[in-house]
Amino acid sequence: MSTETEEIRGLGHRVKRKEDDRFIRGKGTYIDDIKLPGMLHMAILRSPYAHATITGIDTSKAQAVPGVVAVVTGELMAQHKLAWMPTLSGDTQAVLATDKVRFQGQEVAAVIAEDLYTAKDALELIAVEYEPIEPVVTPQRAMESDAPVIRTDKEGQDSNHIYHWESGDKDATDKAFADAEAVVALDTFYPRSHPAPVETCGCVADINPATGQATIYMTSQAPHAIRTVFALVAGLPEEKIRIVSPDIGGGFGNKVPVYPGYVVATAASLLLGRPVKWIEDRTENLISTGFARDFHMHGEMALKKDGTMTGLRVSLLADEGAFHADAQPSKFKVGLFHIVTGSYDLPAAHVTADGAYTNKAPGGVAYRCSFRVTEASYLIERLVQNAAYELGMDPADLRLKNFIDKDQFPYTSATGFVYDSGDYHAAMNMALEKVSYRELRKEQEEARARGELVGIGLASFTEIVGAGPHKDYDILGLKMSDGAELRIHPTGKAILKISVQTQGQGHETTFAQIVAEEIGIQPEDVKVMHGDTDNTPYGLGTYASRSTPVSGAATAMVTRRVREKAAKIAAHLLEVSEEDVEFAKGKFSVKGAPDKVVTIQDVAFAAYTNFPDGMEAGLEGVYYYDPPNLTFPFGTYAVVVEVDPDTGVWKVRRMVAVDDCGVRINPMIVEGQIHGGLCEGFGIAAMEQITFDEDGNCIGANFTDYLLPTAWETPRFELGETVTPSPHHPIGAKGVGESATVGSPAAFVNAVIDALWPLGVRNIDMPLTSAKVWEAIQAAGGSKKT
Amino acid sequence: MKISVKVNGTERTADVEPRLLLVHLIRETFGLTGTHEGCDTTSCGACTVLLDGTPVKSCTLFGVQADGREVTTVEGLAAGAELHPVQVAFKEEHGLQCGFCTSGMMLVGKALLERNPDPSDDDVRWAISGNICRCTGYMNIVKAIQLAARIKAGATEPAKV
Repeated sequence: MSTETEEIRGLGHRVKRKEDDRFIRGKGTYIDDIKLPGMLHMAILRSPYAHATITGIDTSKAQAVPGVVAVVTGELMAQHKLAWMPTLSGDTQAVLATDKVRFQGQEVAAVIAEDLYTAKDALELIAVEYEPIEPVVTPQRAMESDAPVIRTDKEGQDSNHIYHWESGDKDATDKAFADAEAVVALDTFYPRSHPAPVETCGCVADINPATGQATIYMTSQAPHAIRTVFALVAGLPEEKIRIVSPDIGGGFGNKVPVYPGYVVATAASLLLGRPVKWIEDRTENLISTGFARDFHMHGEMALKKDGTMTGLRVSLLADEGAFHADAQPSKFKVGLFHIVTGSYDLPAAHVTADGAYTNKAPGGVAYRCSFRVTEASYLIERLVQNAAYELGMDPADLRLKNFIDKDQFPYTSATGFVYDSGDYHAAMNMALEKVSYRELRKEQEEARARGELVGIGLASFTEIVGAGPHKDYDILGLKMSDGAELRIHPTGKAILKISVQTQGQGHETTFAQIVAEEIGIQPEDVKVMHGDTDNTPYGLGTYASRSTPVSGAATAMVTRRVREKAAKIAAHLLEVSEEDVEFAKGKFSVKGAPDKVVTIQDVAFAAYTNFPDGMEAGLEGVYYYDPPNLTFPFGTYAVVVEVDPDTGVWKVRRMVAVDDCGVRINPMIVEGQIHGGLCEGFGIAAMEQITFDEDGNCIGANFTDYLLPTAWETPRFELGETVTPSPHHPIGAKGVGESATVGSPAAFVNAVIDALWPLGVRNIDMPLTSAKVWEAIQAAGGSKKT
Repeated sequence: MKISVKVNGTERTADVEPRLLLVHLIRETFGLTGTHEGCDTTSCGACTVLLDGTPVKSCTLFGVQADGREVTTVEGLAAGAELHPVQVAFKEEHGLQCGFCTSGMMLVGKALLERNPDPSDDDVRWAISGNICRCTGYMNIVKAIQLAARIKAGATEPAKV
């Protein structure tokens, strides 16, 4: 029997990624790489108006183009009861417009042709008559009583108001404010942004007319949930629907929802009996699919003069676009925004939120964050900095004074969340030390004396990731838990099938490491399968940093379940009773006789060849994990900027990020996730915004207008870590993919405002373009008064 | 129009519409799907290939413009089973996540190293500033291209990939 002593590369190992081998050779399979025999191509005609009644559609000229196979309109979809579809927030959304168009870029018709060029040519020959209606471009206008009603399709909907939602204790909060020695307020707009993965959305729908089998290749972060939704919407039998999510070129929330293009392509394949491919172009992606944020927020904090925080009051108005399509748990109208109390021991808090329809694209996805947490984190971290200045305190000291103490965990927040674990002081102290905060403040004083604008910004975020548990979290009634299935073959190699879907996070590597840790099979010997609903266990998918918290936990649990059987077989091989077998570092040994050892490979072979009487053959299992709580990663980010007073150009001198995501499975991959999140956070703070003119024209619908950070602008990041394990997660891990996008925008903005505060600048809404910074400096009377 | 293009060292011919984009000639006509399309406006660089050794955005060139010229795609980086140093280094330094921008990034890296065998952090950042990555924050891409430079110079043994 083997006694090799090679170290098992489980938790904490910087294992190089398995998925890289295909990508560095150009051998990935992304959606547009899938080519099926007889495949047709689809292109979508979109509305040029933000708000207009459709009075006629003439498709005859388009139909006549050689190579065009079909032109699909809303009328045709309506004949199949598919003109409308449900959204992830339980509203309805037009698949192809029948009555009127409600945002610029809305889907009106589709051409299916033998090739893409022909399909796009034919789009230009479809004649649509529109009668424009006054567009409603802001949620403030939408809420006015004389605003045109956008959702005339909905019975009983006589305004543009969608929901009113509250969280927390209003009376206790009112009392805190009545008793407050100081009140600090901030109005801020978190602008509409877009996840903009470099790969756009798309699908290849392949419905076999003979068997009724529907195979749909789709850029989906949640293939299982999509399958169920397709079964419910289209009435297709669920066992005949197979959603395959191939390699995905980035998601960041953009690829969670169901988009009209998927539905039309599927319907077209059903009608034509041939595979239909639909791939968005970039403008379509930015103009019509899952936007993020778009919150107008008002925050007020009550404090004592010594800086003790006593209450928080927040109201917000959400611009939801023309269809309420936020991807979020059903119970919560603005996602998990009520985590807005952040890292602070706030005894009272109250949140009110209202959502409004506007003539803009729907979506409301969480762009690299957990359900609206980044908006919440931004508001509290901006407010805390302003509070510090108003009270004449240092912003680091005000935070340290009010942090939830590590001994207070599990901590119940004023809005009802139970934070699992944390040590906020440790993370902040590490960040302050790494950036030399106290020395920097002295340097800043000297720089100010010379008329230079130097700013230091902090943000201490607490995130909430990894939904379920079941009892509180569902999407359209689908409860949020996830599965994992492990099968170990006779030679000791394994296949792990998971319910979640990688879009670059490295699941094929990290999930194999979890198995390695738990049962001793090296990660390279564990093949991780995902993304194919026929071949993986059910689960709600990868978004909101939930893969490791939920499916990762399922992976640990199924491996432990398989290990229990393995221990029985080991006892049989070692000829001792099961109680006398112990497992460590991939080996089963006899207690008190560590040289009597069998490996998991020995056990695996025996599981098919030499197992105890009465035992079933095989070594496999499945586990569905219902998390007892979410996980609460946290950290402190520190940014140092220089602002040019004459141009408003600001440059990041340093960016220090200390993250605590509990136990790190693969530190290399965790750091990569943090780098990426910091870059996207920088983009949101500095340049990313989907903008509209007064007619509702989207004027940021390509990468020359919707700016993304390149390597040239992106700061160099300096990382640090503390480790506070999650007490309820089987391996102590918390989600981390989105922490940096949640935490960093406030740090960048706080740094710029810190530089400009002595001039009288109190707020600039993101993105902090140099023009906006310059205008703020000018409005405050210029930079010379220092 | 009949065109002849040397693709990754092999002469290829095709009869194409004049309006066919180079990226589609590569992906659809020649079946080399390692070149990706991200933005259609020359902004993101996912479609970057080398045209006579120089990085170009293949979404904004016509296929016919490659007539009589040499195109290198990601599939042409490795010499048989032997990976190019940039490929080795991207894996080694975790310079990729979703992999969609990676082909373009590696080709730009290869072209950079041919004219600058020892690029600074700023040199690399400037060279790849026409290529967008949404996953990595660029930190490890810069490190990867610098590692590739050291591998090329023989200063570092390439790790097994």
